[in-house]
Amino acid sequence: MVDIIPLFVLIPLGAAFVCLLAKKKLPAAAPTVSLASALALLAMAVACHVEGASGASIAGAWSLELHGGVAFIPGIALVLDGLSAIFLLLVALVSSVVIVFGLRYMDSYDGRPLYYALLNLLIAGMNGAVLAGDLFNLYVFIEIASIASYALVAFGTGGHEIEAAFKYLMLGAVASASILIGVGILYASTGLLNMADIGAMVAAGNVSEGALLAAAALFLGGLGLKAAMMPFHAWLPDAHPSAPAPISAMLSGLLIKTLGIYALVRILYVVIGMDGPLGGSLQTILLVLGCVSMLGGVLLGLGQTDFKRLLAYHSISQMGFVLVALGANTWLGVAAGLFHAVNHALFKGALFLSAGSIERITGTRDLSKMGGLAKVAPMTAVGTAGAALSIAGVPPFNGFWSKLLILIALFQAGLPVVAAAAAITAVLTLVCFTKVQRKALFGKLPDRLATAKDVPLSMSMPVLLLALLCLLGGLMWPLGLDDVIGDAAAAVRTDAETNDAPASYRKLVHDLGRKP
Amino acid sequence: MSDPQGMSIVVRVVTRWLFGLILIFGLAVALFGHVTPGGGFAGGTIVACAFVLAILAFGGSRGPGAAFARWASSLDATGALSFLVLAILGYTAGSFLHQWAARGELFTLGSTPSIVLLNLAILLKVGAGLFAGFIAVAVFEGAAGSEKGADA
Repeated sequence: MVDIIPLFVLIPLGAAFVCLLAKKKLPAAAPTVSLASALALLAMAVACHVEGASGASIAGAWSLELHGGVAFIPGIALVLDGLSAIFLLLVALVSSVVIVFGLRYMDSYDGRPLYYALLNLLIAGMNGAVLAGDLFNLYVFIEIASIASYALVAFGTGGHEIEAAFKYLMLGAVASASILIGVGILYASTGLLNMADIGAMVAAGNVSEGALLAAAALFLGGLGLKAAMMPFHAWLPDAHPSAPAPISAMLSGLLIKTLGIYALVRILYVVIGMDGPLGGSLQTILLVLGCVSMLGGVLLGLGQTDFKRLLAYHSISQMGFVLVALGANTWLGVAAGLFHAVNHALFKGALFLSAGSIERITGTRDLSKMGGLAKVAPMTAVGTAGAALSIAGVPPFNGFWSKLLILIALFQAGLPVVAAAAAITAVLTLVCFTKVQRKALFGKLPDRLATAKDVPLSMSMPVLLLALLCLLGGLMWPLGLDDVIGDAAAAVRTDAETNDAPASYRKLVHDLGRKP
Repeated sequence: MSDPQGMSIVVRVVTRWLFGLILIFGLAVALFGHVTPGGGFAGGTIVACAFVLAILAFGGSRGPGAAFARWASSLDATGALSFLVLAILGYTAGSFLHQWAARGELFTLGSTPSIVLLNLAILLKVGAGLFAGFIAVAVFEGAAGSEKGADA
């Protein structure tokens, strides 16, 4: 199974270039190729989970016989462990659903082959980022995904879209620069780029605390901006609503997690070390920024009437939940945070897609001009309601369980104040989405919408599927899902008092990666 | 790009002489990238420069630059795709990006045929990509310029 690891990046990359080549002669090939590529990735990700595959693949490594001895030249390390595997599955699942939704939704846009090419590039970048075994490749893949997303936000080419994309581009460039300087500082002080090797040096105490502190600050700023944690969130409420609906779902559902949360978890836990000299302060920073994001996002979301903008503010707030859970620095905290990240991808993906459907049905994103959609668009309404109940944390949907686990983890870690903030946020989220349901789905149907029709099945089914997965995610927790999430969490934080997960990550890379 | 006729006769004649030489130099830098300084990226940059020079000298509608401009996007994707195919061929020898072709004598052109081919793919990708970027910026600048002109 280790040999197929590079294919997770290669398949979408190849699909992107095929879409570009076919853009003039055979534009209809682009959606077919993209869907085939996404389904192939989904099958591979599921196979990795079934096999429990883990390991490292060194792409382009070669050995050379010179003067009797064998020199080994290492290549690009790609590492698959529990944490990567769950993100690979998530990316494959949500992107397949998004591509199906886009088949009809994107009819109103020009240049569709370019949309598919950029979408595939985005998937390749995200898959590469979660598999990268060294810091520089992590940076490169983050840039690939980011640049594709800047272009996708501007895809509508209207004035508002261009402005949002420009803002996103400028802030994203600042984030990328700070990540690159962080990589540079670690490289300058260790002479290494491989995350496992740097982690080993840091754990042995061979890296100066000043360099580590500077790198940690730069990574927190850069990756925090990619994850849209407050106070680095300003780009998100403009960028996410401006993109076409399928892209909003990709950005809010996947991009802020793979580039932000995943990279942050990997670097903070494996490279810099949450148990090292900086552990305590990193924990405090995560908890404080997490609380600010949670409460700030939900309070700003309360007053919004633009449906997609409201959803964007809730993305900030829900990422806050994930951050405080990671800040607890326990196995349960990490597991709960990852579970919430997975759930957020499902329900926020469904909500952004349904926002696209609702915009198509009503011609507006303004919640105050909607109403009674349950009567004219029952399929879309059921999907939207399911996802809204899930983000609001209503049992038995998955959002309820992950929020409950986060609260339990925070109490166990002795952080009742943070837990109280999380509980308040959960209540405010419930209030906000009750308002959404009342304004959009129920209530009085405006006269101008009396003849409105539901969207075609290829647009309503993806939303329903994600909403169903939200329900199953809640019911499946005791039936096997806890193992999957638990494995992913154990890849960075074990249950024991002293964390030996980084050591086992290093062993994984070193055992399998050093053979030519 | 404001003058579609290109530059003066002196520049056009010198460009006609130099164009082929620059192309050959770019190709050589890419071909021998595995044994001398250079490689696909450096070679591709040089090749792109040759076409940029042609566009500047002959204008946007004539000469080799104009022909390349029509094909740049397709050639760019072809270069990337052929790199991927060559890299995937590595699976026939064991793993991704592995050397799949027989190796020749050290420090000669034929010492690693697979790397030579990879360098050529990069040459195509970088040459066409950089040139397409130049064209895009020139078109954008042209559009911005004409807009300004309309305002005035």
